[in-house]
Amino acid sequence: MSDLLESLPGHDPGAPMLSVEDLQVEFATAHGTVRAVNGVSYAVGAGETLAVLGESGSGKSVTARAVMGIVRAPRGRVTAGAIRLRGVDLLTLPEETRRRLRGTTVAMIFQDALSALNPVLPVGYQIAEMFRYHRGASRREARRRAVEVLDRVRIPSAARRAGDYPHQFSGGMRQRVGIALAIALDPKVIIADEPTTALDVTVQAQIMRLLGEIQREHGTALVLITHDMGVVADIADRVAVMYAGRVVEEAGAHDIYARPAHPYTRALLGAIPRPHLRGKRLAVIPGAPPDMSRPDEGCRFRPRCELAGPGCADAPPLYDVAPGRASACHEWTKVIEG
Amino acid sequence: MGRYIVRRVLLAIPVLLGTTFVIYLAVYALPGDPIRALFGPNQVISPSVERALRERFHLDDPLIVQYGHYLAGLARGDLGTSFSGRPVSEIIRAGWPVTFQLGITAWLMEAVLAILLGTLAGVRRGKAADYTVLAGTTLAMGIPFFVVAYVAQFVFGVQLGWFPVSGADAGWPVAYLLPGLVLALGVLPQSARVTRNSVLDNLSADYVDTADAKGLPRRVVVWRHVVRNSLIPVVSLLGVSLGYMLGGTVLIEGIFNLPGLGYQIFTSIPQHDGPVVVGIGTLLVLVFLLVNLLVDLLYGILDPRIRLH
Repeated sequence: MSDLLESLPGHDPGAPMLSVEDLQVEFATAHGTVRAVNGVSYAVGAGETLAVLGESGSGKSVTARAVMGIVRAPRGRVTAGAIRLRGVDLLTLPEETRRRLRGTTVAMIFQDALSALNPVLPVGYQIAEMFRYHRGASRREARRRAVEVLDRVRIPSAARRAGDYPHQFSGGMRQRVGIALAIALDPKVIIADEPTTALDVTVQAQIMRLLGEIQREHGTALVLITHDMGVVADIADRVAVMYAGRVVEEAGAHDIYARPAHPYTRALLGAIPRPHLRGKRLAVIPGAPPDMSRPDEGCRFRPRCELAGPGCADAPPLYDVAPGRASACHEWTKVIEG
Repeated sequence: MGRYIVRRVLLAIPVLLGTTFVIYLAVYALPGDPIRALFGPNQVISPSVERALRERFHLDDPLIVQYGHYLAGLARGDLGTSFSGRPVSEIIRAGWPVTFQLGITAWLMEAVLAILLGTLAGVRRGKAADYTVLAGTTLAMGIPFFVVAYVAQFVFGVQLGWFPVSGADAGWPVAYLLPGLVLALGVLPQSARVTRNSVLDNLSADYVDTADAKGLPRRVVVWRHVVRNSLIPVVSLLGVSLGYMLGGTVLIEGIFNLPGLGYQIFTSIPQHDGPVVVGIGTLLVLVFLLVNLLVDLLYGILDPRIRLH
């Protein structure tokens, strides 16, 4: 099925597996139009893991939904930008072609598997559907393949459990089913939207390990949306930090921990609880994210930033800090020097 | 599951007792005298015949004694005898196939139309199809259904000649299509709207995003995922609507001259023929209770989360 992508206009084997360019997504709300994603760009190569970091409402999930093509009209709309798979711009494709790429080339893992799975259909059926409608498999063949996939995500006695309904699984097992849906057709890109947020800490580690293994085996490009800095350090190659609908810093995972180049990133890292600070007050970032329906023309982090000066009334561009590193802060040199 | 069914069946006994009493009371309270009604306004009957009939049907006893006689007969499996002399059990045996075919036809029409129209309106929310369904159901709710019945009979039966005007001679399904449709129209607005709202609720559910993200064709997302979930409240409503339809058969069978159970009630009420009205009325209640039990069992199949214990 990767043939489909190769046959589409603009295909370039040398282009990044997934690249999001200057994406804008708007929502119509009772308080007017909200631009939830305002010029986001990031790229992921095959076999690479990009962590997209940011607090709730920063636009990280909306960007992911735009990539999947499940931003719902008429209220939500992609208004500008490009989403490219190996150079093919998805936004210019007819809906039917986009549909055939979903699940086969780009797939998504949702945060809460309990609500993301259909409550009235057996899990095996929900996986088998993908083989039936994308691969033209018979019911029987599709069911057999579904059991194989459940086996791959290490669900014990997969053949028997395929007939069970989502509510009959524990939280961790259910998220494995969610992963099984995403990996069933060996997609090139997987977007995982906070896949472990709804799970116990012990189960979180198992799920992340499973995701890592699958990615290594198949050379999948993984976009991991999270607000868990610990997870980022463990498995991400690169990190994009989002704030108020923009990417404010992008860098290799190691660099960003060692020397953040944006005050928001630095504040996030400062807010991680650490054992040697036991008994001290937890660090917080003062203030709250901006009201997205009345955007600030300047730097959106300005009201919460300790380095804010008069120059910050102009929105900062993404400055190239180093090769493969960028920061949207006028004062990035001061930040990076600590 | 087995215990649940037994409990529901046992619960039906007091309900049935209550129903027979209420219907009995209603027939008893009808103005006029049953014997006079039987012989019509102009015919004179001899006092001895009248006395014998009153004796036989216990008409001079107090209500509670009459009802006691009726229950005693019921316990022996005797549904009583019509004033015309025919046993009620025989009347029921002759009439039930007609009512059964009419009921099934109407119920199927309601279910299919409600799900089709409701889903169409829900999926095309705010578009022409949605407003058409909304306007159509409002109209259907506003017109009394005996008016619909007479108009349908006149237009499609008499003028266009598409369907038989009356009678069941043409057999199933031809003879039952028009009366079935009229019967279904009485309950359709509500079930179509419940379907629409249920579809709308489900369209915004997270599992629909998952189904879309899997790249399933739109029709599969709608019919396999959304409609399948939306049916849960609709099915319980279909059970309730059967009650309205069974009541509706009285008028519809009367208007379309279908010799079923409803028709018997339709002709027995002016005759004050208590045994027939009570017997058939109770049977219809029994059917209603059984169907709703089946609906509740179906509920557990539709929604695996609420399998009954």
